[in-house]
Amino acid sequence: MSTQAGGSKEPLIRVVKRAERSPRQVTLLRLEALLLSLVAGGVFILCLGHNPFVIYATILEGAFRSKIAFQGTIKVMIPLLISALGVTLAFKMRFWNIGAEGQIIMGAVCASYFALFHADWNHWALIAVMLLAGIIGGGIWGLIPALCKVKWGTNETLFTLMLNYIALHLVNYLRDGPWRDPTSQGFAKIARFDANAALDKVLGIQFGWIIMLVLVVVLYIYLKYTKQGYEIGVVGESANTARYAGMNVKRIVLRTMFLSGAVSGLAGMVHATGSDITLTNAVAGGVGFTAIIVAWLAQLNPISITVVAFLFSVLEKGSSVLQSSYGLSTDCADVLQGIILFFVLGCEFFIRYGFVFRRKGGAS
Amino acid sequence: MKKSRKFLALLLAGVMLLSASACGGSGAAESEAASQPAASEAASEAPAEDAAEPAASEAAEGEAEATGLFPPIPKEELKVGVIHITNPAEGSGYTYTHDLGIQGMQKNLGLSDDQIIRKIDVDDQDATAIENAMLECIEEGCQIIFATSWGYMDTCEALAAEYPDVIFSHGTGYKSNGTNFNNYFGRIYQSRYLTGIAAGLKTQTNKIGYVAAMDKENAEVTGGCNAFAMGVASVNPDAEVYVKVTGSWFSPDGEKQAADALIAEGCDVIGQHCDTPNPQLSAEAAGVWGVGYNSDMSKDAPNAVLTSTMWDWSVYYTKAVQSVIDGTWDGSNYFGGMDDGLVLYAPLSDLCAEGTAEAIQAAQDRIISGEWDVFTGPIEDNEGNVICAEGEKLSDADITGNIHWYYKNVTVK
Repeated sequence: MSTQAGGSKEPLIRVVKRAERSPRQVTLLRLEALLLSLVAGGVFILCLGHNPFVIYATILEGAFRSKIAFQGTIKVMIPLLISALGVTLAFKMRFWNIGAEGQIIMGAVCASYFALFHADWNHWALIAVMLLAGIIGGGIWGLIPALCKVKWGTNETLFTLMLNYIALHLVNYLRDGPWRDPTSQGFAKIARFDANAALDKVLGIQFGWIIMLVLVVVLYIYLKYTKQGYEIGVVGESANTARYAGMNVKRIVLRTMFLSGAVSGLAGMVHATGSDITLTNAVAGGVGFTAIIVAWLAQLNPISITVVAFLFSVLEKGSSVLQSSYGLSTDCADVLQGIILFFVLGCEFFIRYGFVFRRKGGAS
Repeated sequence: MKKSRKFLALLLAGVMLLSASACGGSGAAESEAASQPAASEAASEAPAEDAAEPAASEAAEGEAEATGLFPPIPKEELKVGVIHITNPAEGSGYTYTHDLGIQGMQKNLGLSDDQIIRKIDVDDQDATAIENAMLECIEEGCQIIFATSWGYMDTCEALAAEYPDVIFSHGTGYKSNGTNFNNYFGRIYQSRYLTGIAAGLKTQTNKIGYVAAMDKENAEVTGGCNAFAMGVASVNPDAEVYVKVTGSWFSPDGEKQAADALIAEGCDVIGQHCDTPNPQLSAEAAGVWGVGYNSDMSKDAPNAVLTSTMWDWSVYYTKAVQSVIDGTWDGSNYFGGMDDGLVLYAPLSDLCAEGTAEAIQAAQDRIISGEWDVFTGPIEDNEGNVICAEGEKLSDADITGNIHWYYKNVTVK
């Protein structure tokens, strides 16, 4: 960032880490960023020949205009929020789990096995087994990189990332091979689940939303008030401190990564059996990555995560209405989302760093 | 493709956030810059797509007797939903052709632009996205929704049960419920037979290539391929048809590679059952000829395309929407052919061999008059089995669902 101005020894602009800003300043900065992003997005919309205010209103309308619309928004929110909670567990421990995508998929795969081949079981027993399968599937996918890190010191960022692709291609393999719908006339897809294997609806939305809200509360309590939650924080701050305090760091890492994967796996299970009612390679569809953004934007606080995930869902759902109402392609909506993210994330930089100009500031 | 771009953008955004909050200043600046090209790349693909002009032709608005399953709907209150798998702006293939059909219907019936709700780029693998798209159409007040891609079938079935007042009309599949969920498709094999004649007369190497989206398990693709091969055989018994399967309905790279491989085998006419004009572009680049599909692909490869097998979906869309307006919708499935005008072929180009027009016309007359149809015996497959004896005919059910064999002059490469 620091640009070298020719001639003078001192750079024109220097970036310095600044002292903590007050909460009020931080909030103000974030609001400014949001406002700026809306303005920049507005310019983009203007360039396309539309009225920005109308477009923004359409996004909101698209997310809230009717019961169906609101239910759709919540449906988008369920896997996003749950997997954001999942990655939060790992991030609190400074374990860079960017494998939520794969953990979601594996949770969905394991649950789908029972949905496809044991659809005749008692409904509630089946749902319970599928929930468990989702937890275990995602959990194991989270545990593998943790095990390797603990045993051989592997890089967890790369490891979790790579596991995403393995999971994704596993679904493709199942779809094209053993789990292929026999009635599909050569079209590679997995059959739609039997109604008995689909999650019930509560208030018109699959009951995953209840699981989601319960998880928010449970995780809030777990992270804030339990011994295990405290341990996660200590390991995150400094593994040596934790060791000095007599904690079994390896065990904590393994346990936490299992839980992190398990929560994401639950998101996959809930999405596959509640929303998709089948297993496809789009079951995660980038949600695992968006979840990372959501978790960090919300400073890893489950309550804030709920709010941020909701806002993201509004944007996502509203954008799809934008496409059909104004003939704006879905790519335009993605650009708008990108612009908003760019500003909101960019502002984190200004919260932590400040600029010092050559004339004004001294060397501090 | 779209998915992977989003994937990348999200990843970059994630990296940016991580580095801003974890590592410190130097990394943040770099990745901030890095995420910008990803955003602008997406921006460049933003077409300002303005659909057809509203031609307020006062079409047949006769007071029909309500004999259907649903009450008549005044034309002004009608809304029509369309779910597309890609963006019609692609300009040549499957979605484009369907959207031309929708625009034709709109014009024929004099509907205004805001009476058509289009959902584009709806991934046929993403069940939740499909459901959302359809629910948004319902929210907008659509009384009928056309779902144009095979993969939308199961969602149509489920929503048709949930919303009995909305009509779901699904293209190319095989499920229906007899009331508000029907299936529409056409005898495209008739046109494939005729374009096969053009290919059979043109070839000099007696090797004709055919790029197929799906393998033998898919009766639609395989039946179309057989009809094409039968057309070839009817005028050129010595010619062989080499088939290459891409395994995907829409695979720009795979389709090009398949065509290139067939040309390398010595094929000098390339037919296709896939979404993009890439096989025709390959043919043109190699200096050989081709037969397009979906739309008239001579606009894409004018120096290669002899003719193209084409759909005029407006025939069905007009008929279906008219029946909703009149209250005569009866939930029956639709399987139209050349006699309806649903299935046709593009005007023969100057590249066609002499006598092509006459040969095609003769066969076409027999098909349209109903005197003869393509799948009439004797038919033998490429393993020596007799599929259909002399004087017999395959039933429609067999044609749409049971063609899992290749005609005798076909070789799979």
